[in-house]
Amino acid sequence: MMLRVDLAKDDIELQNPARRELIKRGGLVVAFMWLGGASRVSGFAQGTRLDADHPQFAPNAFVRVGSDGSIQLVMPCIEMGQGAYTGQATLLAEELDVGLDQITVEHAPPNRALYSNPLLGDQATGGSTTIRFCWTSLRDAGAAARAMLVMAAAQRWKVDPAQCTVARGVVTHAATGRTLRYGELAEAAARVAPPAKPTLKDPKDFQLIGKPMRRVDTPGKVDGTLPFGIDIRVPGMKVATVRACPTFGGTLGAVDDSRARAIPGVLKVVKLDNAVAVVGEHFWAAKKGLEALDIRWNVGAGGNYSTEQLFKDLADASEHGTPIEAKNVGDVGKATGKVVSATYQLPLLAHATMEPINATVHVRPDGCDIWVGTQVPARCVDVAMRVTGLPAERIQVHNQYMGGGFGRRLFEDSVGQAVGIARQVEYPVKIIWTREEDIAQDRYRPAYLDRISATLDDQGKPVAWTDRTTGASVMATFAPPAMGKNGLDPDLVECAAELPYEIPNMRVEWVRHDMPNGVPIGWWRGVGPTHNVFVVESFIDELAHAAGKDPVEYRRAILGDNPRAKAVLELAVEKSGWGREAVPARHGRGIALAAPFGSYLCVVTDVEVSPQGEVMLRRAVAVVDCGTVVNPNTVEAQIQGGLVFGWSAAMYSGITLKNGAVEQRNFNDYRVMRLNQTPPIDVHLMPSKETPGGIGETGTVMAMPSLTNAIFAATGVRLRTLPIDRSMLVQDKEALKSAVAASSTLPTGRLA
Amino acid sequence: MIVLSINGQDTQVDVPDDMPLLWVLRDVLGLNGTKFGCGIAQCGACTVHLDGQAVRSCVLPVSGAAGKKITTIEGLNATDLGKRVQQAWLGIEVAQCGYCQTGQIMSAAALLAEKPTPTDEDIDAAMSGNLCRCGTYVRIRAAIKQAATGQATLPQTIA
Repeated sequence: MMLRVDLAKDDIELQNPARRELIKRGGLVVAFMWLGGASRVSGFAQGTRLDADHPQFAPNAFVRVGSDGSIQLVMPCIEMGQGAYTGQATLLAEELDVGLDQITVEHAPPNRALYSNPLLGDQATGGSTTIRFCWTSLRDAGAAARAMLVMAAAQRWKVDPAQCTVARGVVTHAATGRTLRYGELAEAAARVAPPAKPTLKDPKDFQLIGKPMRRVDTPGKVDGTLPFGIDIRVPGMKVATVRACPTFGGTLGAVDDSRARAIPGVLKVVKLDNAVAVVGEHFWAAKKGLEALDIRWNVGAGGNYSTEQLFKDLADASEHGTPIEAKNVGDVGKATGKVVSATYQLPLLAHATMEPINATVHVRPDGCDIWVGTQVPARCVDVAMRVTGLPAERIQVHNQYMGGGFGRRLFEDSVGQAVGIARQVEYPVKIIWTREEDIAQDRYRPAYLDRISATLDDQGKPVAWTDRTTGASVMATFAPPAMGKNGLDPDLVECAAELPYEIPNMRVEWVRHDMPNGVPIGWWRGVGPTHNVFVVESFIDELAHAAGKDPVEYRRAILGDNPRAKAVLELAVEKSGWGREAVPARHGRGIALAAPFGSYLCVVTDVEVSPQGEVMLRRAVAVVDCGTVVNPNTVEAQIQGGLVFGWSAAMYSGITLKNGAVEQRNFNDYRVMRLNQTPPIDVHLMPSKETPGGIGETGTVMAMPSLTNAIFAATGVRLRTLPIDRSMLVQDKEALKSAVAASSTLPTGRLA
Repeated sequence: MIVLSINGQDTQVDVPDDMPLLWVLRDVLGLNGTKFGCGIAQCGACTVHLDGQAVRSCVLPVSGAAGKKITTIEGLNATDLGKRVQQAWLGIEVAQCGYCQTGQIMSAAALLAEKPTPTDEDIDAAMSGNLCRCGTYVRIRAAIKQAATGQATLPQTIA
C-alpha cells in the first residue's frame, strides 16, 4: 500500500515549468517519491550535440552509437550496489537489440534538464525508484534509437524498414541477406527523424529482461580494477583528513598545530567554521597530523543533549504536541471492545557505508572539479557554487562508483566541506573521513516514538486503529515541495496510513518534533516504511496474541480484498513450513507482511534464543511480488542484502548521544552483522506481468518485525524498542519474569 | 628505504616505518584494489596476503611486511586458486557495491589455500572478520563452496 497525498497547486513553488504543469494536473506524491507522476524522463527527446571529429548517433540523452561501433549507455541513476546500472542498461539494450556485453555504461553528468528522475523531482537516485522511473522511459529511448538505425539501413537498401530485423546490433534484410552494423549506420541514423511514438517489444520477445544477466559493473569489482570515489588519483593531488566539531552545532575555536606541522609529510592545516583538516603527502601523514592537533571546540548550545533527553522530548511531544492528520476514516472513538495499546521506540541509526565518506576536489580561480560518488550530482554542483562563488558551468562533478549509499550519499554536506578545504590550497586534494568521523558526522536516521492502539471485536479483529508517530522530518529540508498542505511529511506515515488489512475505523497522525541543536538527520535504507512496518507488523502480532490466534491465521482473517498480499502470504506459509513443523523450545518463527515501494512482500524469519539471551538467526524465507522482474538475480540479491541490513540494525545498531556528541566510534561499538551471524535466506519471486515495483529497500523494511516477532514466539518477550536488549531475553525464570514486566513498562500507547 | 615484495616484484619505498601497509599500497604505490574501511582491523576491507596468510593491512606497519611475500588483489589471478575464487564470485554474482569484495576474496583465497574443502564452520571462522554492509554473506558462503568443489549450488548469471 502506498500513501497518496494530494499536492495542492498553491502549496508549492516549483521552478521547473513541466513539474508545475504536472502538479496542476493533480500530481500525486507517493511518499518517498517526493514529486511524482510524470511518465517520461525529461531527456528523452533531447539529443546530444554531435562532435564533428567523432561522428556518432546520439538520438537522446541515453544512447550513443559511434561510427566505430561503440555503444555507450548513459545512466541517469547511479550505481551504489543495487544493480541499477545493469537494470537500466538492460532496459535500453533490450529495445536497442544489443547484448549487455556490447555496451559500455557511464554516469550521467549533472544535468537536471536531461537526467532528472520525475518521481523524485531532481537528478537523484533513491526511494527504490530506479526501475519504476526507467521502465517506460529508457525502453522508449532504446526503441527510438533502434527505429532510427533501422530506418537508416532501410533507406540505404531502399526497402521497407518493417522487413528488417536486428540482433546484437546488426540490421539484417532477410529477403536479400544484406546486413549492416549499427556503427556503419550511426552517421546516417543521426539524420533520420525520431519516431513520434516508439514501438516497444511484446514482453514475450524479451531477450534480456527477466533473465539473470551478469552485472555490467562486477568484473572490475572482483579483480580490484574498478575505481570507487576513494580511489581517484589526480596529478599533483594531496590527501587530507578532517575532524568536525563532535558536538552538533558547535564551532572551531583555537587550534595549536605546532606538533602536527613537525610530522613528516604534513603539508598544511586548514580551518573551517566547524572543522579542521590536515593535508599531507598521503593519508597516513594527514591522519597522524590530525591526531597531533590540540583543538579547542566552542561547544555551543547543544553540549548537554543526550539520547535520554531525545526520547523524553519525543514522549512529551507525543503526549502534548499537535498531531497532523494523515488518515481519518470512520470513527475510532465509537468502536467498543478489548483495547490493546503499545508504545514503540526506534533509535538514531548511522549508515556506515563500507567506503568512508570522501571527495577529491580541485578548486582553481577559473573552475572547480569534483570527483565523488554521489546520489545527487546536481546538488553537488549547487553546493560547490555556494562555497566557491563560481557559476555552474565552471563546476564539473565527475560521479564515481559508490561503496554503498543507503541514503547517506543523498546528502552533499561532505562535498561542501571538501570544497571548503580545497579552496584553501593550490593543488587537488582528496579528503577522506576516518571511520570515526563517518560514524560521528553522519546524517542519522531519525529516532521515533510511536503510540499505537487497537480495539478488537469479539472475534479479536481490529475495528478501530490509532497510530500516532512522533519524530523529525527529513523531507522538510530535503524536498520542501513534497510536504503536504497541512504540513504532513508523507514519509512519516508511509506504510502506516495504508495497510494491507481491512480496518473500518482508522486514525493515523504525526507529531512533528525536529531534532534540536543541529543534530543532522537523513534518509536511511527503507525510509518511512522501515520505521512504520516495524511498528505495524509488530503490533499486528500483538493483536494476534491478544486474540489468541496464530499470527498467520490472524493476518489471513483481516486481509481485505488484496490478492497480491494474500498470494505472498500463502506462498511464504508454504515455503517456510509455517504451522507444519514443530518448533523446539527457545526457537521461534516470525512473520511480516507489507507492501512497500509498490511491491508486496512476506518474510518469515526463524530464530533461536540462547538461555543467556543471545539471538541466533536460523533461516529466512522471503516471498516477493515486485511485478515484472527485470533481473531475478539482482532482485534476490537485494532482498537478501536488504534483510541483512535491517536485521543488523535490529540486532546491534543504535547511535546514542552524550554531551551533544555521538558515543559510537567505529565498527567495534557500532556493530553490524557478520557472515557467521547470517542465516540461509530463500527468496521466492512471484511470476507477474504487473508494472515493476521497487526492490532496493524492501528487504530492510521487512527484516525488523519478522525478527522481533520470531523472538516473541521463542521467548514470550515483546521487543518494542530497538536495538534488541539481550538482557530481556535471558531464560532464568525470575529474570524472565522481570523482563516480561519490563517489556510493558513503556507508557501505554493508547491515545485519548 | 624499505624493500617490499609485492605480487612477485620487489619495490623500494621511502616511507616511515610505522606507516600501515594499506597506505603504502594505496597512496604511495597506487595499488587501489586494497580498501580502507575502518583503520582498526574490524572490517577486513584491507585484507592482503603476507606469506600466504590473510592479514589486515590497515594495522600492519610496513616494516613488518619487509622480507615477506605480499599478495594483493591485483596479483591474485596469478594462481589457479585465485582465478577460481574470482570466477565463482562472478558466476554467483556476489558483489553489490563491491567495496568490501576484494578483501572478502583475499580472505576466501587464503582459507581455500589452507583448507581446500572448508566446512561451514571453517568458513565462519575465516570470513567473519570481513564486513559487508550490502549483506552479501549468503552468496559469499556459496561462492567459497563453488570455488572449492567446482560444483554450483546456486543459479549462475548469464555472462
